[in-house]
Amino acid sequence: MIVRFWGTRGSIPVAPTSAGIQRKLISALVQASGRALKTEADARAFVEHELDFAVSGTFGGDTSCVQLDGVGGDYVLCDLGSGARRFGLHVLGTGGAGRANTFHVFMSHLHWDHIMGFPFFLPAYIPGNRIRIYGCHDELEAAFRRQHGAPSFPVEWNGLQASVEFVRLDPGRAQEMAGLRVTPERQRHGGDSYGYRFEIDGRTVVYSTDSEHKLDDVEETRAFVAFFRDADLVIFDSQYSLAEAVTIKADWGHSSNIVGVELCQMARARHLCLYHHEPTLDDAQLVAMLRETRRLEEITRRDHRMEISAAYDGLELVL
Amino acid sequence: MELAPARFADTIVLKPVGRIDHETAAGFREALLAHVGTSAPGTRHVVLDLGEVEYIASVGLRALVLAAREAKAKGTSLAVAALQPVVKEIFDITRFGLVVDVFTSVPDALRAASAEALQAYSTPPPAR
Repeated sequence: MIVRFWGTRGSIPVAPTSAGIQRKLISALVQASGRALKTEADARAFVEHELDFAVSGTFGGDTSCVQLDGVGGDYVLCDLGSGARRFGLHVLGTGGAGRANTFHVFMSHLHWDHIMGFPFFLPAYIPGNRIRIYGCHDELEAAFRRQHGAPSFPVEWNGLQASVEFVRLDPGRAQEMAGLRVTPERQRHGGDSYGYRFEIDGRTVVYSTDSEHKLDDVEETRAFVAFFRDADLVIFDSQYSLAEAVTIKADWGHSSNIVGVELCQMARARHLCLYHHEPTLDDAQLVAMLRETRRLEEITRRDHRMEISAAYDGLELVL
Repeated sequence: MELAPARFADTIVLKPVGRIDHETAAGFREALLAHVGTSAPGTRHVVLDLGEVEYIASVGLRALVLAAREAKAKGTSLAVAALQPVVKEIFDITRFGLVVDVFTSVPDALRAASAEALQAYSTPPPAR
């Protein structure tokens, strides 16, 4: 299975600024000074292997959308944030335009940053495509219909040409669907959110975003450790620092890299992927957060080693 | 969890030992809040000597936040001191230095608390 990240930013999309790009260019040029980068291959090797990711790349700015690729012949997604727009273009650009496609979409919740990509998801406007949207909220269908049409969008819901179905799921119950065993778990977030544990062919991916954890609630901690248990990959909301999450941003519905490490260590998960990045953090700050999180894992590790990564728009993780 | 309180003038020094993790944090929180919430009249500062704490998890750090709030409501300050290298790194990574005052040693914390506390700490007990 390949896990593809199409949108990794929390709360609202962000875009690079001219000033930010200039800072990266200046830093790269200073680091390249005195180097004999005479060919494009020399330059590419320098950029790929010697520059820090904060200089050579970017985490991107699209909101939540993650694809689980390699699950049968259908497309499987988590959330329809603004990253769904580029995913839709990718589908059409890789042969999807000429065939009928089925998309299975598992919704964490219905806040705007998680549904805003759907009006710009081009496969929804192509006859023959089928889109099944799964979720645990009563308002699942209403939330999608409300953003389609006046006064929010120029195309009404009935302008969609694909078949769109909504499927209500029960949290806490494993079900077989879309070629996967899927278990939703209720999470602490304004209006509730739901994480998903996906299991297929002995591999487990947990998608757990927009989830605050009160670790002094012993029962809640126990439930999430069981939900994450032995996962090959846990995609985890790490929007805030721990200091923020337990002080000024307590009860705002998000978690921290620290809590991600602790829960995954207790669950003996193999890989923690930091996700739903705070929109005010720039690339250098996110790289620093990743470095610190890896260090925390290293100094608090006992008998279980865990890989740590930070999601960026375009990241692919092969399980 | 036993915090071995010791009074120095207007300051109480508490000294937890071992790991403050998901197994022990509830006891740490309970003991800490009890000391902060019922401190004797005249107590103006509480210093946590973390010199023998080898690890503190997020749930332990949250207990510090609760204790700092409780202390503030009573007009008392709360500081931590003498962090072991691993605990110091945890404070740095979590940004908890922005939440509670951190001192390199107990005498440094007492110096910041009050001259009387530092003097009481530095004065050897009378010979018997």
